Amino acid sequence: MNAQNLQLMDTQTANLQSLQMKKQPSILQIKDLNVYAEKQHILKNISLNIPKNKITVLLGPSGCGKTTLLKSLNKLTDLYRELRVSGQIFIEEDDILKTNTNAPLIRQKMGLLSQKPFPLPVSIYKNVAYGIKLKGVKNKDLIDYNVEKKLREVGLWDEVKDRLHKSADSLSIGQQQRLCLARGLAVKPRIILADEPTSALDPVSSKIIENLFRELKKHYTIILVTHILRQAQRLADNVVFMHYGEIIEQGSPEKLFKTPKSVQLREYLVEGN
Amino acid sequence: MNERKIIEEKIFKLLTGIATYSLIAILGYIIAIIFINGFNSLSLDMITKTPSGGYYYGGEGGVLNAIVGSLYIALGATFIAIIIGVPAALFINVHLIRYKRTQNTIRYLLDALWGIPSIVYGAFGFAFMLYLGMNASLLAGIITVALLITPIIIRTFDEVLSTIPKGLHEASLAMGSTKTETAFKVLFRQGFSGFITAVLLGFGRGIGDAASVLFTAGYTDLIPKYLDEPAATLPLAIFFQLTSPIPEVRERAYAAAAILTIIILIISLSARLLSRNYSKSNIK
Repeated sequence: MNAQNLQLMDTQTANLQSLQMKKQPSILQIKDLNVYAEKQHILKNISLNIPKNKITVLLGPSGCGKTTLLKSLNKLTDLYRELRVSGQIFIEEDDILKTNTNAPLIRQKMGLLSQKPFPLPVSIYKNVAYGIKLKGVKNKDLIDYNVEKKLREVGLWDEVKDRLHKSADSLSIGQQQRLCLARGLAVKPRIILADEPTSALDPVSSKIIENLFRELKKHYTIILVTHILRQAQRLADNVVFMHYGEIIEQGSPEKLFKTPKSVQLREYLVEGN
Repeated sequence: MNERKIIEEKIFKLLTGIATYSLIAILGYIIAIIFINGFNSLSLDMITKTPSGGYYYGGEGGVLNAIVGSLYIALGATFIAIIIGVPAALFINVHLIRYKRTQNTIRYLLDALWGIPSIVYGAFGFAFMLYLGMNASLLAGIITVALLITPIIIRTFDEVLSTIPKGLHEASLAMGSTKTETAFKVLFRQGFSGFITAVLLGFGRGIGDAASVLFTAGYTDLIPKYLDEPAATLPLAIFFQLTSPIPEVRERAYAAAAILTIIILIISLSARLLSRNYSKSNIK
């Protein structure tokens, strides 16, 4: 019965995907992505289209492979030798997983926001300026202008404009997370990869980040990993539910949360609420 | 807490306290002995004059030759060790980050090199020097001491770099920095205090080591002007004078030891101040 169910699910997934392909232009296509660790099969045949200028939420219990999926997208899996990655990930016709791709260039198309903010060990100003300089900008005035612009984009400018040259360490965790976002945006990415970006933050800071995401999706595509059901409900345009390395269901939050088709999602919704 | 635990706690506190404070006391005692024994000979002449003709029989002069020689050798060797050591430590932590086994093998080998006694480096330096047809000289001393302290500098810096959170490394790469940018602009900066500690340890070992310079740098009463001239060093100055039957000369050995200690103290303190100012902006 399991095999039958799985098959059914596969066709459902395929149908959903084709529907989505027609509806929304996608920016990122993942085809048959498999990731193996030494003995584990972490991601199993992941195929997914990420719609442009939408918030796609990767939802699922801990250890279901959400973070690994996110790390595969910007080749951070390269840092772990034990991870073997196969399949294809296309961003604007370039296959990210091809061995000869220029990793820094690919990564500049995606900004990463991790669970815990990691500001660079320099001043607030230099954190953002670093990203701008990576794009080859050398003109001091242009850098100044862009630092302000990016800090305004994340709503941090008014809070830090008087202490731009203080250490980034002096900021609160929530401010640091927004600084990291500004730093990521300075590289002019197309996509923002957010890996449980509010998990270390207090409710107020979390709310600020969530509101920012709503603003930012006008210009960027956001892929948000979360295990917080309510956050997914609040933010998602498109939800991808993962369980043990597989995509179980995907679709609009209204549809998924009101009429979950799979047992796993139903259980998850019950426990999560 | 029951009574037994309270007694246990008291005894343990006492024991650990004794161990800690006796160590400090011993250190203080060593320094005191050196300064007391050398006090009468500690004069301006000691640090401003080279030995005169009768110096080793208690005549006039100082150990300026050895002070300058030691500084030349230690600075030269530290410079070479930094040039080799910093890229090596960064390479281990950036490019080899995927290859845990290779990393560990290299670390093990470096630890082994760290553990080799300096007389072995001295012997190797001596053989190498003869092979190149060089004489005992400043250059041969610098090269030998550099070999001695490079593993120390790499491993000390590496130890700090390896504690940098992987998230920072990933954050830098995720922005699209290259590995080189990540190494020099992020990891080096974040590990700067480790770099200072590494340089300090290397320099301290280099300036204080006698065995590695015994055969390679030679000894002279003159201040070397060129790299191919022999150079005196403070550890050897202490060694030669301490073996003298003349009490005044032995006293000068302690004075030279005091000077060596002061040099190391000054460098250590200034480096700590420097690193404190730099690491203010580090994330914890």
